[in-house]
Amino acid sequence: MMPRAFFSIALVLSLGLGGCSTKPVIVSGDGPEEPVFTSERLIASDVESPFQINDPLEGFNRTMYRFNYHADRWVLMPAVRTYRFLIPQPLRTGVRNFFNNFFNIRTVFNQVLQGRPVRAMQTTGRFAVNTTLGIAGLFDVATHAGMPYHREDFGQTLGVWGFGPGAYLVLPFFGPSNIRDGAGLAVDSAFQSWLDPLNFDDHPSRQYIYYPLMILDTRDKVAFQYFRTGSPFEYELVRRLILTVREIEVAK
Amino acid sequence: MRFLLIALLFVAAPGLCANDYAYPINNPFLATVLGTPEPLRAVLPEKAKLKIKRLSRADWEMPAAMWYSERLEYSYRLQRGSAPMIFLIAGTGGFHNTGKNLPLLKAFYQAGFHVVGITSPTHSQFVVAASTTGVPGHQKNDAEDIYRVMQQIRDDIGHQDRITGYNMAGYSLGATNAGFVAELDSRQRVFNFERVLMINPPLSIYSSISKLDRMLQNIPGGMDNFGLYFNNIVQAITGAYKQSSTVEFSPELVFEAFKDNPPTSEELGALIGIAFRLASSAMIFTADERTDFGFIKPSNVRLTKNTSLGAYGQVAVRVGFTDYYHEFFWPFYEPKYPDESRDSFVRLHSLYAIEDYLRGAPNVAVFHNQDDVILAAGEIDFFPEVFGDRATIFPNGGHLGNLEYSVNMAKIVGYFK
Repeated sequence: MMPRAFFSIALVLSLGLGGCSTKPVIVSGDGPEEPVFTSERLIASDVESPFQINDPLEGFNRTMYRFNYHADRWVLMPAVRTYRFLIPQPLRTGVRNFFNNFFNIRTVFNQVLQGRPVRAMQTTGRFAVNTTLGIAGLFDVATHAGMPYHREDFGQTLGVWGFGPGAYLVLPFFGPSNIRDGAGLAVDSAFQSWLDPLNFDDHPSRQYIYYPLMILDTRDKVAFQYFRTGSPFEYELVRRLILTVREIEVAK
Repeated sequence: MRFLLIALLFVAAPGLCANDYAYPINNPFLATVLGTPEPLRAVLPEKAKLKIKRLSRADWEMPAAMWYSERLEYSYRLQRGSAPMIFLIAGTGGFHNTGKNLPLLKAFYQAGFHVVGITSPTHSQFVVAASTTGVPGHQKNDAEDIYRVMQQIRDDIGHQDRITGYNMAGYSLGATNAGFVAELDSRQRVFNFERVLMINPPLSIYSSISKLDRMLQNIPGGMDNFGLYFNNIVQAITGAYKQSSTVEFSPELVFEAFKDNPPTSEELGALIGIAFRLASSAMIFTADERTDFGFIKPSNVRLTKNTSLGAYGQVAVRVGFTDYYHEFFWPFYEPKYPDESRDSFVRLHSLYAIEDYLRGAPNVAVFHNQDDVILAAGEIDFFPEVFGDRATIFPNGGHLGNLEYSVNMAKIVGYFK
């Protein structure tokens, strides 16, 4: 379980680094000088704002956000560029199809827990078709056949069960999330290692193919890059954006 | 919905256009948001294959909270053999390789030019890394900054034996920048630009920003609904973000987000206003942070890498371009311009300031739209009057809505051939 141990160490390390204050530093005088524009002057207090989100872990989150930028810039993106350069597009599509199909297992598990038998049947059918006709999932036959695609994780299941998102949480490597979905991620991976569909227990070397490819494919399909949105308020806007995405995904 | 709309436009278009120019969207606000329907766009390569590089760090003190913007990025791609080069300046808040810069860079490269994409001087990264004063919008200063950056890029790229000449293009505010850079080059003669193309420039920046600020009055329910409305916009961006190849809080991405589901006519103005508000909030806050002016951030506090910016952000999106002009820009520059007033200073940041140059510059042309929404009534007449037959005015297209239309793209590329 080496890769997971690596993530755990990174998580613990990053928690230790995250205690910094989120307050600005006053460099002269007793308090901040009054700027030309303040929220008191401009905005009625009952007006909703996308910038006001409860973020008790902000110090940790901001540190993690920067950590992710560096991990992305110096490790993940160079690896992804090498992957794109070395592996031809059809093979990369095969890899993507494989993981999409493989994660159907997780989706079925969660659809059952959410009490959605019809969707669980659809996903099972999809998995059966792609695993057999699609040769272990390398080809996405099911989509061509018009079979519906769903993607569910345990964070969404908790949402369906009525758990709120909890505080915003930026996870190392995985990026922006929230407490509920972070916990969901842990449950999903625990479920996967318990089920062990690729039989890592008997063939530990398979992990050395599975994890690197899974990480490369996951990063490859996300367009987002840290600190490239052109806004100094990127952290705040991405926070609003991600929390919204998850609300929509839970409601779907 | 989208196809229905496009089909409708196709049916409606021929009857409404007098000549054979067939850009199909006649509502200028809708054109600005929707751009050009896919089937009518110029055919361009799927990938631009641009190289991205960063210039070395400037020697002024960088704000700690904006550590990620310390070096100015640019993108370029060279032809294999000898060719002329085109520098392309992005519009308000635009990055060197995204938004409308991307199709233009592809088209220029496809037509056989070396291409260089330059970030707008109003983009946060430019304000931190390349703006000498840190207070953007000052056309003469911005032109000097861009001119210096162009020379740095030229030296950074090298291969000067393969560059047979220099050209420049810009759209929106980038077009105004291009005009001022061309004027500067006519005196300093570093590049001796062979051809310069200004696409949909504002005539007077102050007049255009006032118009953009006013568009926000169309927010349903008034300005107190700003937060709610802004949230809806973020939600729509979220939808677009899942399909988009870049994630950027720029006007163009906001429009992208609403392509499939444009709002009603009255709300289109609000959408355009808010899209530019995203760009202005970034620019203004960065300028405030660079200079410690005390506009939104108290002048005597320093932001660290971890400082929470939410409280400043919500103020920054509520402050307009015109507030910036009156309470930051003009007070900042006033001591250096004892002969100017708040009102006369506006003129220095309009094309009137370089009108004489533009009248007599055979190598500078302009493309514009009769119904561009950033121009005030009557301003369009300036262009044929000053540029003469170097002005091409299209009957419709709003603000850059027709930029990717195959007819426009062919004319844009054709101008440099």
